[in-house]
Amino acid sequence: MINLRIDDTPVQAEPGQTILVAARGVGIRIPTLCQVDALSPVGACRLCLVEIRNWNGRLVPACATPAQEGLDVVAHSEKLTILRRTILELLFAERNHICAFCVSSGHCELQDLATELGMDHVTFPYRFPFLSVDATHPKFGLDHNRCVLCGRCVRACSEVEGAYTWGFSGRGVATLVEADLGDPWGASKTCTACGKCVQACPVGAMFEKGKATAEQVKRPEILAEVTERRPRV
Amino acid sequence: MSKVRLASVWFSGCSGCHMSFLDLDERLLELASKVDLVYSPIVDIKEYPDDVDVLLVEGAIGNTEQRHLLEEMRQKTKLVVAFGDCAVTGNIPSLRNPIPREELLRAVYGDGDIPGLEEGDVPKMLPQAMPIHTVVKVDRFIPGCPPPADRIWTFLQALLAGRRPELAGADLRFG
Repeated sequence: MINLRIDDTPVQAEPGQTILVAARGVGIRIPTLCQVDALSPVGACRLCLVEIRNWNGRLVPACATPAQEGLDVVAHSEKLTILRRTILELLFAERNHICAFCVSSGHCELQDLATELGMDHVTFPYRFPFLSVDATHPKFGLDHNRCVLCGRCVRACSEVEGAYTWGFSGRGVATLVEADLGDPWGASKTCTACGKCVQACPVGAMFEKGKATAEQVKRPEILAEVTERRPRV
Repeated sequence: MSKVRLASVWFSGCSGCHMSFLDLDERLLELASKVDLVYSPIVDIKEYPDDVDVLLVEGAIGNTEQRHLLEEMRQKTKLVVAFGDCAVTGNIPSLRNPIPREELLRAVYGDGDIPGLEEGDVPKMLPQAMPIHTVVKVDRFIPGCPPPADRIWTFLQALLAGRRPELAGADLRFG
């Protein structure tokens, strides 16, 4: 077992466990967005940044950093709250995240994080980009206005379904999630219409057609339910 | 103790925040005993008075008249509050923001005389509908579309008790 401290609480972790998993084991909640159990960590959203006291206060993503012997981790502080809220504000400013008419309002991880981190307004200028909605698939829709580029759909499609339909195109703020090589979702030859990407999506970017806002509850835990049943090789 | 001089204004919004304010129901009686409503869409006063203590601003800033009025109100008000998602984020009125202003107006009004394209009988439409804190300094934010009456009451109660209102937890929720 590995011994470390998180927020001054002694914590034990198995070799290979991340700081995030170790923290959860003792009931310490660290905010996350791009992380989902069963998918490989990418450290893309930076909301789970924690400070390592004995690494000169270095900031590392808890979801992608293995627990190590003797680590002195700060998971909650005024500084970290400000950092996380700033990251959240940048996410809100980047695209058109307008909760009031979003199909995921009330079941949205981004909306919940704003409440959790005490974001009462966005201090950065909104970009208001012109983005499209792909409604070509018979069962599902993709609204780029709502996308936070967490990549949960991309990883669910490749790592759990094995279809490799989703990928990223472009760079930086111009990055888009796209099916196959930029085909409309409905024209994709690789998509199996399994819907795992939709269940993995933390926001209203991917949604089920024919479901009202109140019914649009996502179940990202379905990914772990699938992989845990698979035989280990 | 003199009464708190409360004002409210309705810019680019649907009036839903004011409707939610009226949902305070019987609490309005208690409020009325502690505040003077000196300017509001629900009272018949045309000029914004001096020395206002608290102003609740509903709606985004979408045209030059709204921007001018908000700047004037800021100078005459101690505490300016962004009241609801349109004032806080731009919200529904900001749906037009990715579309160029002239293209949008021509699509709606055709090729004839277009109200709001230039300054005239109708104020000039701004290129984008903006959250109010991009125009003036804002002291407090009440998110929600609309903010529920209980959230408004939490805010007003702190204010009337002489505290600086601080919303937290579930009261900071958009949508």
